[in-house]
Amino acid sequence: MTAFTLYNYVLSGNCYKVRLMASLLGVDYKIRAVNFYPGFEHRSEDILALNPAGTLPILMAGDLVLADSAAMLAWLALNHDASGRWYPAADPVLGPQVQHWLAFSGRLTNSAGLARLEAILNWPVDSETVRKAAVKDLRELELMLTDRVLEGRTWLVGDQPTIADIACFPYVALSPDAGLEHDGYPAIRNWLYAVRSLPSFVTMPGIHELHELRETSDA
Amino acid sequence: MSLEYAKNDWYAVADGAVLERGPYKTQLLGTELTVSGPIDNPTVTDANGKRYPLQHRYSHVWTAIGDSPRPLFDIPEGDEPGRVLVPVGVVRVKCSPLRAVENFLDIAHFPFVHTDILGAEPHTEVVPYKAEIRDDLEEVWATQVKFFQPQASKSAGGGIITEYEYRVPAPTAAVLYKTCPPKPEFKDVIAIFVQPRSEEECDVWPWMALYDETSTYPELVQFQQEIFLQDRSILENQRPIKLPLDPKLEIPTRADMTSIAYRRWLKRRGATYGALTADA
Repeated sequence: MTAFTLYNYVLSGNCYKVRLMASLLGVDYKIRAVNFYPGFEHRSEDILALNPAGTLPILMAGDLVLADSAAMLAWLALNHDASGRWYPAADPVLGPQVQHWLAFSGRLTNSAGLARLEAILNWPVDSETVRKAAVKDLRELELMLTDRVLEGRTWLVGDQPTIADIACFPYVALSPDAGLEHDGYPAIRNWLYAVRSLPSFVTMPGIHELHELRETSDA
Repeated sequence: MSLEYAKNDWYAVADGAVLERGPYKTQLLGTELTVSGPIDNPTVTDANGKRYPLQHRYSHVWTAIGDSPRPLFDIPEGDEPGRVLVPVGVVRVKCSPLRAVENFLDIAHFPFVHTDILGAEPHTEVVPYKAEIRDDLEEVWATQVKFFQPQASKSAGGGIITEYEYRVPAPTAAVLYKTCPPKPEFKDVIAIFVQPRSEEECDVWPWMALYDETSTYPELVQFQQEIFLQDRSILENQRPIKLPLDPKLEIPTRADMTSIAYRRWLKRRGATYGALTADA
Protein backbone atom coordinates (compact mmCIF):
# COMPACT_ATOMS: atom_id res chain seq x y z
CA MET A 1 0.00 0.00 0.00
CA THR A 2 1.55 3.24 -1.10
CA ALA A 3 0.97 6.40 0.92
CA PHE A 4 0.71 8.85 -1.96
CA THR A 5 1.32 9.54 -5.64
CA LEU A 6 3.98 12.08 -6.58
CA TYR A 7 3.74 13.95 -9.87
CA ASN A 8 7.45 14.06 -10.45
CA TYR A 9 10.15 15.54 -12.65
CA VAL A 10 13.47 13.84 -12.15
CA LEU A 11 15.63 16.99 -12.43
CA SER A 12 13.52 19.19 -10.12
CA GLY A 13 14.99 20.00 -6.72
CA ASN A 14 11.52 20.54 -5.27
CA CYS A 15 10.38 17.08 -6.44
CA TYR A 16 13.60 15.62 -5.08
CA LYS A 17 13.07 17.02 -1.57
CA VAL A 18 9.78 15.11 -1.32
CA ARG A 19 11.42 11.89 -2.54
CA LEU A 20 14.25 12.48 -0.04
CA MET A 21 11.89 13.08 2.89
CA ALA A 22 9.82 10.01 1.98
CA SER A 23 12.98 7.90 1.86
CA LEU A 24 14.24 9.23 5.20
CA LEU A 25 10.88 8.32 6.77
CA GLY A 26 10.63 4.97 4.96
CA VAL A 27 7.38 5.92 3.22
CA ASP A 28 6.42 4.09 -0.01
CA TYR A 29 4.83 6.03 -2.83
CA LYS A 30 4.03 5.89 -6.52
CA ILE A 31 5.60 8.12 -9.14
CA ARG A 32 3.78 9.65 -12.08
CA ALA A 33 6.48 11.05 -14.41
CA VAL A 34 5.58 14.46 -15.83
CA ASN A 35 7.34 15.66 -18.98
CA PHE A 36 8.27 19.07 -17.54
CA TYR A 37 11.03 19.49 -20.10
CA PRO A 38 11.00 19.43 -23.08
CA GLY A 39 7.26 18.62 -23.04
CA PHE A 40 5.97 21.39 -20.70
CA GLU A 41 3.38 18.88 -19.55
CA HIS A 42 2.99 20.74 -16.23
CA ARG A 43 1.18 23.38 -18.30
CA SER A 44 -1.20 20.82 -19.83
CA GLU A 45 -4.92 20.98 -19.01
CA ASP A 46 -4.85 17.78 -16.95
CA ILE A 47 -2.06 18.96 -14.69
CA LEU A 48 -3.34 22.54 -14.41
CA ALA A 49 -6.65 21.12 -13.23
CA LEU A 50 -4.76 19.63 -10.27
CA ASN A 51 -2.48 22.60 -9.73
CA PRO A 52 -3.49 25.90 -11.36
CA ALA A 53 -0.05 27.31 -10.49
CA GLY A 54 1.49 24.95 -13.05
CA THR A 55 4.35 23.91 -10.79
CA LEU A 56 5.75 20.55 -9.76
CA PRO A 57 5.67 18.47 -7.63
CA ILE A 58 2.04 17.63 -6.91
CA LEU A 59 1.21 15.16 -4.16
CA MET A 60 -2.03 13.20 -4.10
CA ALA A 61 -3.14 11.12 -1.13
CA GLY A 62 -6.76 10.05 -1.39
CA ASP A 63 -8.75 13.26 -1.77
CA LEU A 64 -5.85 15.41 -0.64
CA VAL A 65 -3.94 17.36 -3.28
CA LEU A 66 -0.88 19.38 -2.28
CA ALA A 67 0.99 21.59 -4.74
CA ASP A 68 3.68 23.09 -2.53
CA SER A 69 6.78 21.08 -1.66
CA ALA A 70 7.14 22.63 1.82
CA ALA A 71 3.53 21.67 2.58
CA MET A 72 4.33 18.14 1.39
CA LEU A 73 7.28 17.87 3.79
CA ALA A 74 4.98 19.02 6.62
CA TRP A 75 2.33 16.50 5.56
CA LEU A 76 4.88 13.67 5.42
CA ALA A 77 6.28 14.50 8.85
CA LEU A 78 2.89 14.99 10.51
CA ASN A 79 1.52 11.73 9.10
CA HIS A 80 4.52 9.44 8.95
CA ASP A 81 6.92 10.44 11.70
CA ALA A 82 5.68 9.07 15.02
CA SER A 83 8.67 10.63 16.83
CA GLY A 84 7.53 14.13 15.85
CA ARG A 85 11.14 15.28 15.59
CA TRP A 86 11.14 16.08 11.84
CA TYR A 87 8.48 18.75 12.29
CA PRO A 88 8.17 20.07 15.87
CA ALA A 89 5.09 22.05 14.82
CA ALA A 90 3.67 22.59 18.30
CA ASP A 91 6.91 23.80 19.88
CA PRO A 92 6.51 27.56 20.44
CA VAL A 93 10.11 28.28 19.42
CA LEU A 94 11.17 25.48 17.07
CA GLY A 95 7.86 25.41 15.16
CA PRO A 96 8.10 29.03 13.97
CA GLN A 97 11.81 28.61 13.24
CA VAL A 98 10.96 25.73 10.92
CA GLN A 99 8.43 28.02 9.23
CA HIS A 100 11.16 30.60 8.67
CA TRP A 101 13.32 28.09 6.82
CA LEU A 102 10.42 26.73 4.79
CA ALA A 103 9.87 30.29 3.57
CA PHE A 104 13.61 30.64 2.92
CA SER A 105 13.48 27.46 0.83
CA GLY A 106 10.92 29.22 -1.39
CA ARG A 107 13.42 32.05 -1.92
CA LEU A 108 16.07 29.50 -2.86
CA THR A 109 13.75 28.04 -5.53
CA ASN A 110 13.51 31.48 -7.12
CA SER A 111 17.21 32.30 -6.83
CA ALA A 112 19.58 29.31 -6.94
CA GLY A 113 16.84 27.12 -8.45
CA LEU A 114 16.20 29.46 -11.37
CA ALA A 115 19.92 30.12 -11.88
CA ARG A 116 20.32 26.37 -12.27
CA LEU A 117 17.42 26.05 -14.73
CA GLU A 118 18.95 28.87 -16.78
CA ALA A 119 22.38 27.23 -16.80
CA ILE A 120 21.16 23.74 -17.67
CA LEU A 121 18.04 24.24 -19.78
CA ASN A 122 18.49 27.83 -20.99
CA TRP A 123 15.41 28.88 -19.01
CA PRO A 124 14.13 32.33 -20.03
CA VAL A 125 15.09 34.27 -16.88
CA ASP A 126 17.51 37.14 -16.37
CA SER A 127 20.69 35.28 -15.59
CA GLU A 128 22.42 38.12 -13.76
CA THR A 129 19.42 38.89 -11.51
CA VAL A 130 18.84 35.32 -10.38
CA ARG A 131 22.54 34.65 -9.89
CA LYS A 132 22.92 37.75 -7.72
CA ALA A 133 19.91 36.69 -5.66
CA ALA A 134 21.36 33.18 -5.35
CA VAL A 135 24.70 34.48 -4.05
CA LYS A 136 22.86 36.69 -1.55
CA ASP A 137 20.82 33.72 -0.30
CA LEU A 138 23.87 31.46 -0.07
CA ARG A 139 25.76 34.13 1.93
CA GLU A 140 22.81 34.56 4.29
CA LEU A 141 22.62 30.82 4.84
CA GLU A 142 26.40 30.62 5.35
CA LEU A 143 26.19 33.28 8.09
CA MET A 144 23.28 31.58 9.84
CA LEU A 145 25.01 28.19 9.68
CA THR A 146 28.25 29.71 10.95
CA ASP A 147 26.35 31.01 13.99
CA ARG A 148 24.92 27.53 14.49
CA VAL A 149 28.40 25.97 14.35
CA LEU A 150 29.64 28.47 16.96
CA GLU A 151 26.77 27.29 19.18
CA GLY A 152 27.96 23.73 18.67
CA ARG A 153 24.99 22.78 16.48
CA THR A 154 24.73 21.12 13.08
CA TRP A 155 21.15 21.60 11.90
CA LEU A 156 19.10 24.68 11.01
CA VAL A 157 16.63 24.26 13.88
CA GLY A 158 17.11 22.61 17.26
CA ASP A 159 19.43 19.67 17.77
CA GLN A 160 18.07 17.31 15.15
CA PRO A 161 17.45 17.39 11.42
CA THR A 162 14.01 18.75 10.54
CA ILE A 163 12.00 19.38 7.41
CA ALA A 164 13.71 22.82 7.41
CA ASP A 165 17.00 21.17 6.46
CA ILE A 166 15.38 18.98 3.82
CA ALA A 167 13.49 21.96 2.33
CA CYS A 168 16.65 24.07 1.95
CA PHE A 169 19.07 21.30 0.99
CA PRO A 170 18.40 20.63 -2.73
CA TYR A 171 18.89 24.02 -4.38
CA VAL A 172 21.89 24.78 -2.16
CA ALA A 173 23.46 21.40 -2.98
CA LEU A 174 22.70 21.86 -6.69
CA SER A 175 24.07 25.40 -7.04
CA PRO A 176 27.34 24.17 -8.67
CA ASP A 177 25.12 23.14 -11.63
CA ALA A 178 24.92 26.89 -12.25
CA GLY A 179 28.63 27.41 -11.61
CA LEU A 180 27.92 28.67 -8.06
CA GLU A 181 30.53 26.56 -6.29
CA HIS A 182 30.61 25.86 -2.55
CA ASP A 183 34.32 26.60 -2.05
CA GLY A 184 33.65 29.92 -0.31
CA TYR A 185 30.99 28.51 2.02
CA PRO A 186 32.60 26.19 4.60
CA ALA A 187 29.58 26.11 6.95
CA ILE A 188 27.29 25.23 4.04
CA ARG A 189 29.66 22.45 2.98
CA ASN A 190 29.65 21.06 6.50
CA TRP A 191 25.85 21.12 6.64
CA LEU A 192 25.47 19.54 3.18
CA TYR A 193 27.76 16.76 4.33
CA ALA A 194 25.59 16.22 7.43
CA VAL A 195 22.42 15.92 5.31
CA ARG A 196 24.10 13.50 2.91
CA SER A 197 25.17 11.39 5.91
CA LEU A 198 21.57 10.76 7.04
CA PRO A 199 20.50 7.10 7.01
CA SER A 200 18.38 6.28 3.90
CA PHE A 201 19.62 9.41 2.07
CA VAL A 202 18.90 9.26 -1.67
CA THR A 203 20.62 11.07 -4.54
CA MET A 204 19.58 12.92 -7.66
CA PRO A 205 21.65 14.01 -10.66
CA GLY A 206 24.11 16.61 -9.35
CA ILE A 207 23.89 15.36 -5.74
CA HIS A 208 26.18 12.45 -5.13
CA GLU A 209 26.29 9.76 -2.53
CA LEU A 210 28.98 9.95 0.14
CA HIS A 211 31.01 7.18 -1.41
CA GLU A 212 33.02 6.41 1.71
CA LEU A 213 29.85 5.65 3.64
CA ARG A 214 28.64 2.95 1.25
CA GLU A 215 28.32 -0.44 2.84
CA THR A 216 30.87 -2.94 1.65
CA SER A 217 30.66 -6.69 1.86
CA ASP A 218 33.61 -6.96 4.25
CA ALA A 219 32.42 -4.15 6.54
CA MET B 1 41.48 24.59 -33.49
CA SER B 2 40.07 23.90 -36.88
CA LEU B 3 37.01 26.04 -37.32
CA GLU B 4 37.06 25.54 -41.09
CA TYR B 5 36.84 21.77 -40.72
CA ALA B 6 34.06 22.02 -38.16
CA LYS B 7 31.98 24.40 -40.27
CA ASN B 8 31.46 21.70 -42.90
CA ASP B 9 29.77 19.23 -40.57
CA TRP B 10 26.03 19.23 -39.90
CA TYR B 11 24.76 19.98 -36.38
CA ALA B 12 21.41 19.58 -34.64
CA VAL B 13 20.39 23.11 -33.62
CA ALA B 14 16.68 22.82 -32.73
CA ASP B 15 13.87 20.37 -32.07
CA GLY B 16 10.10 20.64 -32.30
CA ALA B 17 9.73 21.62 -28.65
CA VAL B 18 11.91 24.77 -28.86
CA LEU B 19 10.37 25.84 -32.20
CA GLU B 20 6.85 25.61 -30.75
CA ARG B 21 7.77 28.53 -28.49
CA GLY B 22 8.72 30.89 -31.31
CA PRO B 23 11.99 31.83 -33.02
CA TYR B 24 14.87 30.11 -31.27
CA LYS B 25 18.13 31.98 -30.78
CA THR B 26 21.21 29.86 -30.51
CA GLN B 27 24.92 29.75 -31.26
CA LEU B 28 26.93 27.40 -33.44
CA LEU B 29 30.74 27.47 -33.69
CA GLY B 30 30.69 31.02 -32.33
CA THR B 31 28.08 32.23 -34.85
CA GLU B 32 24.72 33.53 -33.56
CA LEU B 33 21.83 31.82 -35.34
CA THR B 34 18.04 32.07 -35.25
CA VAL B 35 15.93 29.04 -36.09
CA SER B 36 12.31 29.93 -36.90
CA GLY B 37 9.18 28.30 -38.19
CA PRO B 38 7.61 24.87 -37.73
CA ILE B 39 9.95 21.89 -37.51
CA ASP B 40 8.93 20.59 -40.94
CA ASN B 41 9.58 23.94 -42.64
CA PRO B 42 12.05 26.01 -40.64
CA THR B 43 14.64 28.60 -41.58
CA VAL B 44 18.11 29.12 -40.13
CA THR B 45 19.57 32.63 -40.36
CA ASP B 46 22.45 34.55 -38.83
CA ALA B 47 22.46 38.12 -37.49
CA ASN B 48 22.95 39.52 -41.01
CA GLY B 49 19.95 37.63 -42.34
CA LYS B 50 22.07 35.11 -44.25
CA ARG B 51 20.20 31.83 -44.64
CA TYR B 52 21.88 28.48 -44.11
CA PRO B 53 21.00 25.04 -45.52
CA LEU B 54 19.03 22.74 -43.27
CA GLN B 55 17.59 19.26 -43.02
CA HIS B 56 14.98 17.74 -40.74
CA ARG B 57 16.37 14.37 -39.57
CA TYR B 58 16.17 12.30 -36.38
CA SER B 59 13.59 14.63 -34.76
CA HIS B 60 15.91 17.65 -35.08
CA VAL B 61 16.69 20.54 -37.40
CA TRP B 62 20.27 20.26 -38.70
CA THR B 63 22.34 22.97 -40.28
CA ALA B 64 25.88 23.52 -41.58
CA ILE B 65 27.47 26.93 -41.88
CA GLY B 66 30.42 26.02 -44.16
CA ASP B 67 30.42 26.29 -47.97
CA SER B 68 30.79 22.58 -48.77
CA PRO B 69 29.29 20.43 -46.00
CA ARG B 70 30.08 16.74 -45.84
CA PRO B 71 26.94 14.55 -46.00
CA LEU B 72 25.01 14.04 -42.76
CA PHE B 73 25.52 10.51 -41.41
CA ASP B 74 22.81 7.92 -41.68
CA ILE B 75 21.02 6.25 -38.75
CA PRO B 76 18.77 3.78 -40.59
CA GLU B 77 17.09 2.62 -37.36
CA GLY B 78 15.55 6.08 -37.07
CA ASP B 79 13.22 5.17 -39.95
CA GLU B 80 12.21 1.71 -38.69
CA PRO B 81 8.48 1.56 -38.00
CA GLY B 82 7.58 0.54 -34.45
CA ARG B 83 10.35 2.44 -32.73
CA VAL B 84 9.45 5.27 -30.37
CA LEU B 85 11.49 8.32 -31.34
CA VAL B 86 12.39 10.34 -28.27
CA PRO B 87 14.03 13.75 -28.60
CA VAL B 88 15.16 14.43 -25.03
CA GLY B 89 15.48 18.23 -25.26
CA VAL B 90 18.66 20.25 -25.01
CA VAL B 91 21.08 20.49 -22.10
CA ARG B 92 23.80 23.14 -21.93
CA VAL B 93 27.21 22.03 -20.70
CA LYS B 94 30.29 24.17 -20.21
CA CYS B 95 32.74 21.70 -21.68
CA SER B 96 34.41 20.96 -24.99
CA PRO B 97 31.98 19.32 -27.45
CA LEU B 98 34.58 16.59 -27.92
CA ARG B 99 34.66 15.86 -24.17
CA ALA B 100 30.88 15.38 -24.25
CA VAL B 101 31.24 12.77 -27.01
CA GLU B 102 34.17 11.05 -25.34
CA ASN B 103 32.27 10.74 -22.05
CA PHE B 104 29.34 9.16 -23.91
CA LEU B 105 31.75 6.50 -25.26
CA ASP B 106 33.14 5.61 -21.84
CA ILE B 107 31.80 2.65 -19.90
CA ALA B 108 34.29 2.54 -17.03
CA HIS B 109 32.47 5.38 -15.23
CA PHE B 110 29.06 3.65 -15.16
CA PRO B 111 29.25 2.12 -11.64
CA PHE B 112 30.52 5.36 -10.13
CA VAL B 113 28.48 8.04 -11.90
CA HIS B 114 25.35 6.12 -12.89
CA THR B 115 25.25 4.02 -9.74
CA ASP B 116 22.49 1.38 -9.63
CA ILE B 117 21.31 2.29 -13.14
CA LEU B 118 24.03 1.68 -15.73
CA GLY B 119 26.45 0.07 -13.31
CA ALA B 120 27.04 -0.92 -9.73
CA GLU B 121 29.92 -1.91 -7.53
CA PRO B 122 31.50 -4.42 -7.36
CA HIS B 123 30.80 -5.00 -11.09
CA THR B 124 33.36 -2.46 -12.23
CA GLU B 125 35.49 -4.50 -14.62
CA VAL B 126 35.60 -3.43 -18.25
CA VAL B 127 36.15 -6.70 -20.10
CA PRO B 128 38.20 -6.48 -23.31
CA TYR B 129 36.31 -5.21 -26.36
CA LYS B 130 37.19 -4.13 -29.86
CA ALA B 131 37.74 -0.53 -30.96
CA GLU B 132 38.60 0.44 -34.52
CA ILE B 133 38.66 3.22 -37.09
CA ARG B 134 36.69 2.01 -40.10
CA ASP B 135 36.64 2.68 -43.83
CA ASP B 136 39.27 5.30 -44.55
CA LEU B 137 38.64 7.37 -41.42
CA GLU B 138 34.87 7.45 -41.94
CA GLU B 139 33.80 6.29 -38.47
CA VAL B 140 35.01 5.02 -35.10
CA TRP B 141 33.39 1.83 -33.80
CA ALA B 142 33.61 -0.06 -30.53
CA THR B 143 32.09 -3.54 -30.59
CA GLN B 144 31.70 -6.58 -28.32
CA VAL B 145 31.30 -4.32 -25.31
CA LYS B 146 29.64 -6.15 -22.42
CA PHE B 147 28.75 -4.69 -19.05
CA PHE B 148 26.62 -5.68 -16.08
CA GLN B 149 23.83 -3.17 -15.60
CA PRO B 150 21.33 -3.06 -12.72
CA GLN B 151 18.75 -1.14 -14.81
CA ALA B 152 20.05 -0.91 -18.37
CA SER B 153 16.96 0.81 -19.72
CA LYS B 154 13.45 1.74 -18.70
CA SER B 155 12.22 -1.55 -20.20
CA ALA B 156 14.75 -3.77 -18.36
CA GLY B 157 13.12 -5.50 -15.40
CA GLY B 158 16.32 -5.96 -13.40
CA GLY B 159 20.06 -6.46 -13.72
CA ILE B 160 21.32 -7.83 -17.06
CA ILE B 161 24.57 -8.17 -18.98
CA THR B 162 24.10 -5.52 -21.62
CA GLU B 163 25.82 -5.67 -24.98
CA TYR B 164 26.87 -2.41 -26.50
CA GLU B 165 28.16 -1.15 -29.80
CA TYR B 166 29.34 2.42 -30.10
CA ARG B 167 29.64 4.37 -33.28
CA VAL B 168 31.09 7.83 -33.88
CA PRO B 169 29.81 8.93 -37.30
CA ALA B 170 30.94 12.57 -36.96
CA PRO B 171 33.26 14.39 -34.55
CA THR B 172 30.40 15.70 -32.39
CA ALA B 173 27.89 12.86 -32.61
CA ALA B 174 27.84 9.41 -31.07
CA VAL B 175 25.40 6.55 -31.47
CA LEU B 176 25.00 3.66 -29.08
CA TYR B 177 23.34 0.35 -29.96
CA LYS B 178 22.42 -1.68 -26.91
CA THR B 179 20.49 -4.79 -25.95
CA CYS B 180 16.78 -4.13 -26.18
CA PRO B 181 15.33 -6.11 -23.27
CA PRO B 182 11.79 -6.70 -24.69
CA LYS B 183 13.07 -7.46 -28.24
CA PRO B 184 16.43 -9.25 -28.03
CA GLU B 185 16.70 -9.48 -31.84
CA PHE B 186 16.81 -5.69 -32.06
CA LYS B 187 19.06 -3.05 -30.60
CA ASP B 188 17.88 0.12 -28.91
CA VAL B 189 19.48 3.22 -30.38
CA ILE B 190 20.60 6.06 -28.12
CA ALA B 191 22.50 8.99 -29.56
CA ILE B 192 23.86 12.36 -28.58
CA PHE B 193 24.02 15.15 -31.09
CA VAL B 194 26.40 17.76 -29.73
CA GLN B 195 26.03 21.34 -30.94
CA PRO B 196 29.31 23.18 -30.33
CA ARG B 197 28.43 26.73 -29.21
CA SER B 198 32.16 27.38 -28.89
CA GLU B 199 35.23 25.26 -28.19
CA GLU B 200 34.38 25.26 -24.49
CA GLU B 201 30.59 25.21 -24.37
CA CYS B 202 28.02 22.99 -26.03
CA ASP B 203 24.32 22.27 -26.25
CA VAL B 204 23.67 18.54 -26.17
CA TRP B 205 20.58 16.98 -27.79
CA PRO B 206 20.17 13.38 -26.62
CA TRP B 207 17.89 11.30 -28.86
CA MET B 208 16.57 7.75 -28.71
CA ALA B 209 14.89 5.29 -31.07
CA LEU B 210 13.54 2.48 -28.91
CA TYR B 211 11.21 -0.46 -28.77
CA ASP B 212 9.33 0.04 -25.52
CA GLU B 213 5.61 -0.57 -25.14
CA THR B 214 5.42 -0.40 -21.36
CA SER B 215 7.00 2.91 -20.33
CA THR B 216 5.19 6.21 -20.65
CA TYR B 217 6.80 8.81 -22.88
CA PRO B 218 7.70 11.09 -19.92
CA GLU B 219 9.37 8.10 -18.24
CA LEU B 220 11.56 7.51 -21.30
CA VAL B 221 12.55 11.18 -21.49
CA GLN B 222 13.36 11.37 -17.79
CA PHE B 223 15.35 8.14 -17.78
CA GLN B 224 17.74 9.62 -20.31
CA GLN B 225 17.76 13.10 -18.73
CA GLU B 226 18.63 11.62 -15.36
CA ILE B 227 21.60 9.79 -16.84
CA PHE B 228 22.83 12.75 -18.86
CA LEU B 229 22.57 15.15 -15.92
CA GLN B 230 24.62 12.74 -13.82
CA ASP B 231 27.36 13.23 -16.41
CA ARG B 232 27.01 16.99 -16.64
CA SER B 233 28.69 17.94 -13.37
CA ILE B 234 31.58 15.59 -14.18
CA LEU B 235 31.98 17.08 -17.66
CA GLU B 236 32.04 20.65 -16.35
CA ASN B 237 34.86 19.76 -13.98
CA GLN B 238 37.20 18.07 -16.45
CA ARG B 239 40.52 19.85 -16.93
CA PRO B 240 41.91 20.92 -19.27
CA ILE B 241 38.56 21.99 -20.67
CA LYS B 242 39.62 21.15 -24.23
CA LEU B 243 40.25 17.54 -25.17
CA PRO B 244 43.99 16.74 -25.31
CA LEU B 245 44.95 14.79 -28.43
CA ASP B 246 48.56 14.29 -27.44
CA PRO B 247 48.72 10.90 -25.66
CA LYS B 248 51.42 12.29 -23.37
CA LEU B 249 48.95 14.69 -21.72
CA GLU B 250 46.44 12.17 -20.38
CA ILE B 251 47.42 8.57 -19.72
CA PRO B 252 44.85 6.15 -21.14
CA THR B 253 44.29 2.61 -19.87
CA ARG B 254 43.05 -0.49 -21.63
CA ALA B 255 39.44 0.37 -20.75
CA ASP B 256 39.83 3.61 -22.74
CA MET B 257 40.40 1.98 -26.14
CA THR B 258 37.40 3.72 -27.68
CA SER B 259 38.63 7.06 -26.44
CA ILE B 260 42.10 6.38 -27.82
CA ALA B 261 40.62 5.52 -31.22
CA TYR B 262 38.36 8.59 -31.10
CA ARG B 263 41.23 10.96 -30.30
CA ARG B 264 43.45 9.41 -32.96
CA TRP B 265 40.63 9.66 -35.51
CA LEU B 266 39.98 13.33 -34.67
CA LYS B 267 43.66 14.11 -35.10
CA ARG B 268 43.94 12.31 -38.43
CA ARG B 269 40.85 14.02 -39.81
CA GLY B 270 41.98 17.40 -38.55
CA ALA B 271 38.76 17.70 -36.54
CA THR B 272 40.36 19.67 -33.76
CA TYR B 273 37.69 22.25 -32.87
CA GLY B 274 37.41 21.80 -29.08
CA ALA B 275 40.72 19.92 -28.89
CA LEU B 276 43.90 20.92 -27.11
CA THR B 277 46.53 20.92 -29.82
CA ALA B 278 50.11 22.11 -30.05
CA ASP B 279 49.08 25.35 -31.75
CA ALA B 280 46.30 26.13 -29.24
